[in-house]
Amino acid sequence: MGGGFGVSTTSVLGGVVKRREDPALIRGTGLYVDDLQLPGMLHVAFVRSPYAHARVVSVDASDAEAMDGVRAVYTAADVAHLGDLVTQVAVGKLRPLLAGDKVNHLGEAVAMVVADSRYGARDAADAVDVEYDPLDPVIDLKEAASDAALVHEDMESNVLLAWEGGPWGDEEAIAATQQTIADAKGRDDTVSVSIEAVNQRLLPMPMEPRSVVADWNVGYGRFTVHSSTQIAHALAGGIAQTFGLSLTDVRCIAPEVGGGFGCKLNVYNDEILVCFASQQLGRPVKFTETRRDAAGSTIHGRGWVATATITGTADGQILGYELDGIADMGAYSQNFTVAIPFLGLFVGAGQYTFPTHWKVACVHTHTMTTDAYRGAGRPEAAYYLERAIDAFAREIGVDPAEVRRKNFIPADSFPGAATHIGFPMDTGDYETNLDALLETAGYEDLKAERDRLRAEGRLVGLGLATYVEVCGFGPSALVDLGFSWAAYKIPSGFSGSGLVRVQADGTASVIIGTGPTGQGHQTTWAQIVSNQLGIPVENIRVSHGDTAESPLGIGTFGSRSAAVDGSATYEAANKVRAKAADLAAHLLEASADDIVFADGGAHVAGSPDQQVSWSDIATLAYQPHRLPEGMEGGLEAHAVFSPGNATWPFGSHLALVEVDGDTGDVKLLRYIAMDDCGNVINPMIVDGQIHGGLAQGIGQAMFEDGDYEADGNLLKWSFVEYPLPTSADLPSFELHRTVTPTDINPLGVKGIGEAGTIGSAQTVVNAVVDALSPLGVTHVDMPLRPKRVWAAIQAAKTNGSVS
Amino acid sequence: MHVSLTVNGQRAVTDVEPRTLLVHLLREELGLTGTHVGCDTSYCGACTVILDGKTVKSCTMLAVQAQGAEVTTIEGLAANGDLHPVQEGFWERHGLQCGFCTPGMIMSAVGLLSENGSPSEGEIRHGLEGNLCRCTGYHNIVRAVEYAAAKMRGEEPPAPEWEEGSA
Ligand code: FES
Ligand code: FES
Repeated sequence: MGGGFGVSTTSVLGGVVKRREDPALIRGTGLYVDDLQLPGMLHVAFVRSPYAHARVVSVDASDAEAMDGVRAVYTAADVAHLGDLVTQVAVGKLRPLLAGDKVNHLGEAVAMVVADSRYGARDAADAVDVEYDPLDPVIDLKEAASDAALVHEDMESNVLLAWEGGPWGDEEAIAATQQTIADAKGRDDTVSVSIEAVNQRLLPMPMEPRSVVADWNVGYGRFTVHSSTQIAHALAGGIAQTFGLSLTDVRCIAPEVGGGFGCKLNVYNDEILVCFASQQLGRPVKFTETRRDAAGSTIHGRGWVATATITGTADGQILGYELDGIADMGAYSQNFTVAIPFLGLFVGAGQYTFPTHWKVACVHTHTMTTDAYRGAGRPEAAYYLERAIDAFAREIGVDPAEVRRKNFIPADSFPGAATHIGFPMDTGDYETNLDALLETAGYEDLKAERDRLRAEGRLVGLGLATYVEVCGFGPSALVDLGFSWAAYKIPSGFSGSGLVRVQADGTASVIIGTGPTGQGHQTTWAQIVSNQLGIPVENIRVSHGDTAESPLGIGTFGSRSAAVDGSATYEAANKVRAKAADLAAHLLEASADDIVFADGGAHVAGSPDQQVSWSDIATLAYQPHRLPEGMEGGLEAHAVFSPGNATWPFGSHLALVEVDGDTGDVKLLRYIAMDDCGNVINPMIVDGQIHGGLAQGIGQAMFEDGDYEADGNLLKWSFVEYPLPTSADLPSFELHRTVTPTDINPLGVKGIGEAGTIGSAQTVVNAVVDALSPLGVTHVDMPLRPKRVWAAIQAAKTNGSVS
Repeated sequence: MHVSLTVNGQRAVTDVEPRTLLVHLLREELGLTGTHVGCDTSYCGACTVILDGKTVKSCTMLAVQAQGAEVTTIEGLAANGDLHPVQEGFWERHGLQCGFCTPGMIMSAVGLLSENGSPSEGEIRHGLEGNLCRCTGYHNIVRAVEYAAAKMRGEEPPAPEWEEGSA
């Protein structure tokens, strides 16, 4: 490996290693679920509701059933015995596998057609005749929160719960914080600035649509399920739970997964239903989403409306922050649904010390379920906070960087610093990070340049924002807060696992409990193991995603894999190293304490010429009769890592934009990011994660809008109506970092999967508002498409606030 | 219906339903699953192949329209097993993450470079506008194509821009 990148063979942590996974992917030989063709395989298409809310009067499948090649059509009654969809955080209405007498969102599955061919299944789905009696839907969040009409008539309220803090859960303390803020507002020397903003619903849209193939073998009494999932073990457990099987009766395999971003962090009804069909029909059954299915029936993200208020003095000292919001859960709760705003609550006060009262109510509406989409609650929290701080800075006329710096949690409060809800944080140095950004970007020069262009009448703006993220989940004790995965039969806690096996030829197999959706685990994990054992990266193969062979792991999400499962693998490698030292000592007739691992083998310190190879060491391990008394054969180890806390990456971002006053078109000219994710294992992969994260945050700021129409329609069925950023829409990004290692895990890594997204939407919007501020514009809702920006400019001009 | 075409240098003769899309012929009849399907509306470019020297989205064509055509898919790009410079560029410059858009992206980049051997960053970005990627933010895709363009001109590719981390 490593052609041209100067890979260090002695320490590969912190070095660029070309990705181990790429050769298959660039040759087109990587296996994704939809590539799978099994003998006798049948295909599924769903009949989906065209209404947001309706009674299902009748379902007539007789025409469909009579069609050539149609094997079965199933409706709610056929699967009623399986219960609702298994759901981890079971708060609110759970999803029925197929809708019964009512549909509660557009695209809800009413019937499942199974046929010999992909095209045949679709034809038959079109031939199923469903009669609906449409009802008024509840779509608007404020209306939903008012309970003027109920989404589910058997529930007392649309409001499931409200996350409020902090300190979290302590009502007296919450009331005291509210009083402190009220007192600050009452002072003569303070100003309060509020913005009400929509954090619009987003469609995750990984490029690979979700796909699942289930194969029930009646003789083995076992399901083999290939799925494009982020959580193979939870899926296996969810299927086992639903069908009354044991964990060993279900084998789930997540092969190459074409992006996930949280939307494949769910057990879906279609995954359960293809299992049912396979069991009924005795044949393998495949379902692959169309893009239309993906848009309407795979989970959505965000979907908040909230008012954020900052109160402070004219010198920039902030004395209180309040967030009052409503978050859209959709019609049914799935895996994490109501827990998403909870993640926002953790980081509600960002990098700052000021008193914070944060409250977000979770409501049902007649829309698709929301759940984790890249950042999950944390982008929303950062958006409101950082927009409000900018609005306050503008109001008092103090530089936004200065206002932020004045209110940071100081570096010297670590260790021991805690969030506004009292949750301990690991490490942080926010001021150093911000200063590094401002200096690297040449902030003062950029401001001067902006002002010069502004004087020429051009609408140029600079936007700044900071973030702190909670990720790397952990701690294992989250189980005690109700996040136990018990619904999926894997009450594992937020821990991680890894297994390292040195084969007889001296190569290493690493089997991990999580699986990637593009993050490069095969490379990063090989680096971790190579670093501990001195086995070259090219001699290490990392496997994942097959529950029959991989140790239990809860999955890749919440930027947790390297921090948690990577640390477990690091510890497993250390166990192997300790045993290998004993084996090498036996071969070299020395003491294990004197063994040094180097150059692909081991030697006694001071005698590098007498080297034994990993193959020599492993061969001894697999010939136990040659071992000294009492030593066991074999050379492998498994470790479980239980993190004591989540990790808390942070960063600051700066954007430079220009708005075309005639068209409302926004041009993103520069984007400069200073992220701190602790130690970096592979800078190339880490940068790639930030690039992708930025594109999704910028996508929200400028292009993407997954909101439903007032009548419950979702006019976002394709990439025409739901434009993802294209290569022509984005600039090259300027990435930099500070490095503040965490003390939560032995690698010192915090996680980087979501940081780019969490930091970016508000950075861009702050820049655009800054660009329009000479016109008197103080707020524009995302996405900042030309029409909306143009309208804001016109409104400001009409209001006569132009100077 | 009967179709006969040449795919990656090999003759393929098969019977398909008239409505079969070319992409489904490639994937499901010929087992060439490197060409992916990412949308229903000819928008994402995941299915891009080279047909008679031009890049086409193979989901926009019926299989029968490819009668007699020469098609190159991602599996046929590495001549004699050696990576095409564009494939090499994607590997060297981390131009892929999940890899799902990658075959289509690589084929489009091959098409772009066959028309313009020295594209500017803007030309690369506009040239690949019809191929969506949700993972990379396109940053390293642009670097990958710059790498390949230099290689194909016989020049030293621009240095990678990785910053060292620490551990
Ligand atoms: S699958 Fe052909 S363009 Fe999307
Ligand atoms: S690499 Fe995943 S979509 Fe492009």
